[in-house]
Amino acid sequence: MSISIQNVSRRFGSFQALNNVTLDVPSGSLTALLGPSGSGKTTLLRIVAGLETADSGSVLFQDEDVTETSARDRGVGFVFQHYALFRHMSVFENVAFGLRVRKVANDEVRERVNELLRMVRLEGLGTRFPQELSGGQRQRVALARALAVRPKMLLLDEPFGALDAKVRQELRTWLRKLHEEMHVTTVFVTHDQEEAFEMADQVVVMNHGRIEQIGTPQAVFDHPSTAFVMDFLGNVNVFHGRVQSGRVMLGSLNLQYDEYPHEEARNATAYVRPHELEIDRAASPGALTGCIKQINPAGAVLKVRVTVAEFGVDLSVDVSHDRARSLELKLNDTVYVHPKSVRVFMPEPEYVI
Amino acid sequence: MHLNSQQTRRAGRMVANEPLWLRVILISLALVTTTVLIILPLVYVFVQAFADGPRAWCVQLLDDPDTRHSVFLTLTVAPLSVVMNTLFGIAAAWTLTKFRFFGRTLLMTLLDLPFAVSPVVAGLMFVLLFGMQGYFGPALREWNIRVIFAWPGLVLATTFVTLPFVARELIPLMQALGSDEELAAVSLGASPWQMFWRVTLPNIKWGLLFGIIQCNARAIGEFGAVKVVSGGISGETDTMPLRVEKLFQEYNNPGSYAVASVLTLMALATLGARILLERWVEYQIASMSTEQDPKP
Repeated sequence: MSISIQNVSRRFGSFQALNNVTLDVPSGSLTALLGPSGSGKTTLLRIVAGLETADSGSVLFQDEDVTETSARDRGVGFVFQHYALFRHMSVFENVAFGLRVRKVANDEVRERVNELLRMVRLEGLGTRFPQELSGGQRQRVALARALAVRPKMLLLDEPFGALDAKVRQELRTWLRKLHEEMHVTTVFVTHDQEEAFEMADQVVVMNHGRIEQIGTPQAVFDHPSTAFVMDFLGNVNVFHGRVQSGRVMLGSLNLQYDEYPHEEARNATAYVRPHELEIDRAASPGALTGCIKQINPAGAVLKVRVTVAEFGVDLSVDVSHDRARSLELKLNDTVYVHPKSVRVFMPEPEYVI
Repeated sequence: MHLNSQQTRRAGRMVANEPLWLRVILISLALVTTTVLIILPLVYVFVQAFADGPRAWCVQLLDDPDTRHSVFLTLTVAPLSVVMNTLFGIAAAWTLTKFRFFGRTLLMTLLDLPFAVSPVVAGLMFVLLFGMQGYFGPALREWNIRVIFAWPGLVLATTFVTLPFVARELIPLMQALGSDEELAAVSLGASPWQMFWRVTLPNIKWGLLFGIIQCNARAIGEFGAVKVVSGGISGETDTMPLRVEKLFQEYNNPGSYAVASVLTLMALATLGARILLERWVEYQIASMSTEQDPKP
């Protein structure tokens, strides 16, 4: 079932949590709401679930306006950040809750709950209480509980936030697989870009109650539409400089920049990802001179930290193992770094050279 | 927990550093105060009550119809106000913890008013409102309802005086619990009633019981407000504390002490119930946390 959010705003006192947000979530998709804390992503999720009301705007499920519908009747499965399991109920009764309040017959409840516990791999733990479970297990109970009533959609608030790295990785893969099997429209909130990119079909980047960018993980990563998105995706080298008369000047770097032909100089920020920087032994025009301070293997690449005295900054450069070997990179070597591509943001639009 | 034990240890060291003479003085001061103010009067009530033996005690309590009625009245009025306060307490705590609205802080402060204001003033207030010459007097006369100098007034006054007990117990508890579980219940399709009975009530039951026990103890012992609204009609509007006073005024010391001893017993029973409940809750929490070690 598709979700359509239209011009939704929400204010808490003087804090504008959501500012005229419009978003479409296609049926059967897995969408990530990505943003820093206070960006309004959780508020948006709660408004979709009916747990919070919007000051203005509307929420549609398929073509039905549910803005005034209570959370009880929306048929949404919601997984809370801290799971919100019923602490005085066993795991079995937690999962059964939605069926119990619908007065489903006992046999049917037992069958459905056992089926779900099997699915979330918690068979045999039905008599335990939430306090007796690990974080990952609680998370799966919360998921089973939300799925028990066959919701039209599944909303998850920071689903893996409170778990350690290994469990988080396992659960991500598992949830992605589960989603492929069930094809229920799923929206989850996260502040972890890796998590969003790894799991989602569609990523929605939010900041200050607004949507900064919507797109597939690939599109958002390759073409960040604002400086904020670029910054937030992290792991990026930032240069501060000026643009003027078709050139961008970042210290000794002076690159062609046709998009700004005007005489008047403007401040600009340039972003270069670590894999877009090239290390060389020989000096070349427009290259920065630096000193290697650190070399760390990170999977398929070497992460090299180069200190550029001129800027007083550390650049992070990704170098393939082969290239590092052929250049014979060592600590404290002097090297020349030049960017293969730069993204320049001048407050507003993006230009790639 | 960790911080607590550290603090305790630090406090322990501090005391150990005090000179001996200071420790002796402080401890004896505490002992003397407790003995004079609490233990002696408590023992004396029972000594006086049983001065002529248990038989006389029984006779004092059971042979006087007015005393019998006062026991009956207290055992009616107190539970009625406890019921009213339980309902009010839950509603107030719910409103104050689950919603943010204009005037919330004011309401929170007003909730403490019954503790701040003198019970006599509270009683007087009810007389001025519900008395036959009072503000609602004409309406009450028309419907032929007696509030003041009758049991409804006693219930009203007692309820007012004990108003904060349940709510005060529940508010911090419900604040700590948050409303996620309730929201989860609603999004799973629970009606408000189902949410309350299946999720909220089981979570607050111990706190609620604490509140009720304290409320009950205070309701039984209430004197000031009740004194004003009761009019002191023997065998009709005298509760046990009022009966104690009346018997004492009539120089019937054995009777007065007999009723007083029963009141004291009720208070002791309340204390016992509290301690048992606290132990039970602690035991429950302890047994939960020992099972809480993370399982992979």
